[in-house]
Amino acid sequence: MLERRKAIATLLAQRPDDLVIVSGLGSTTYDVASVGDDDRNFYLWGAMGGAAMVGLGVALAQPQRRVAVITGDGETLMGLGALATVAVQKPANLAIVVFDNGLYGETGSQASHTRGTVDLTKVATACGIGFTMEVHDEAGLARLAELLRNFTQTLFVRVAIAPNEPPRVLPTRDGVALKLRFRNAVGCRVG
Amino acid sequence: MNLTASEPAWPDQLFAVLKAADIRQVGYVPDAGHARLIERCAADPAIRHVVLTTEEEGVALAAGAWLGGQRSALLMQSSGVGNCINMLSLIKSCRFPLVLIVTMRGEGAEFNPWQVAMGSMVEPTLRLADVHCYRLDHAEDVADVAAGAIDVAFNGELAIALLLSQRLIGRKVWVK
Repeated sequence: MLERRKAIATLLAQRPDDLVIVSGLGSTTYDVASVGDDDRNFYLWGAMGGAAMVGLGVALAQPQRRVAVITGDGETLMGLGALATVAVQKPANLAIVVFDNGLYGETGSQASHTRGTVDLTKVATACGIGFTMEVHDEAGLARLAELLRNFTQTLFVRVAIAPNEPPRVLPTRDGVALKLRFRNAVGCRVG
Repeated sequence: MNLTASEPAWPDQLFAVLKAADIRQVGYVPDAGHARLIERCAADPAIRHVVLTTEEEGVALAAGAWLGGQRSALLMQSSGVGNCINMLSLIKSCRFPLVLIVTMRGEGAEFNPWQVAMGSMVEPTLRLADVHCYRLDHAEDVADVAAGAIDVAFNGELAIALLLSQRLIGRKVWVK
């Protein structure tokens, strides 16, 4: 299993200009922020279950950019239907990357369904997402980092991470500010 | 599931309003009252129509569309409003524009009593979530009110809902 902060650092070490990120509330928002704040990051502080769909909306509106949704197993489980919706849409520029530690870190580390019987990669495959991948080690992480620079079809990746809880890195919680700076970064009219 | 013998004209007017407002993504859970509008959106190559498994997906989709610079609308039946409540906090917290077009059930002429519970809660819950409601009872009002409400949404980055009443839509035909 991989340590989450090392994993996110590897994934984003050579982040291309055209890669925008939507992070799921809780730990993955802290993970993405830990690599360095960036106007191209849209951090969710709520809307649990909505990360993949926010990513889909961005991906459809910005076909010339790649969109990575980086979220957790609990957040994914709350919006499982979104995997079906994304699969049917087949956005070529959307990657869903799930940091799966099998628990709800924000609420006291209670077990999630992925520690039980649920295999999210198989769910994504069954929904019809064309390219799915499991990452368990450094070699897999390196391959995923490369894929985030050049993927050309909908991607679902489960990254098996250790259940540790590193110190929190808290980006701004001002939703309006996050929205405006993201839109500005991708060239939308602001104001 | 024919609602009336002849198709009413207001769904086509609503479609024209969406086009004039440059709506580029339309999310929906299939609904009989929206059948004609869905058909028009799906047939338009400039509109990406996104079928959802639940309406809250569409709220998040609308947020993403705006982040990426596109305008969207979300079609649903009144029962779907109940599925959206927590996701509406995303809209309010970030002040995203949102256009909901809701076909009402559980009002007059309702055969299915299970529709009444959520139908009666639609307007109060949307108002609590700061979604501005525009109720439409008459076909001749649809185009003007819809165009104005959609302007409110995108000019002010506010959330609006057009509530298409059961009186407007007509009685659902249960026995074929």
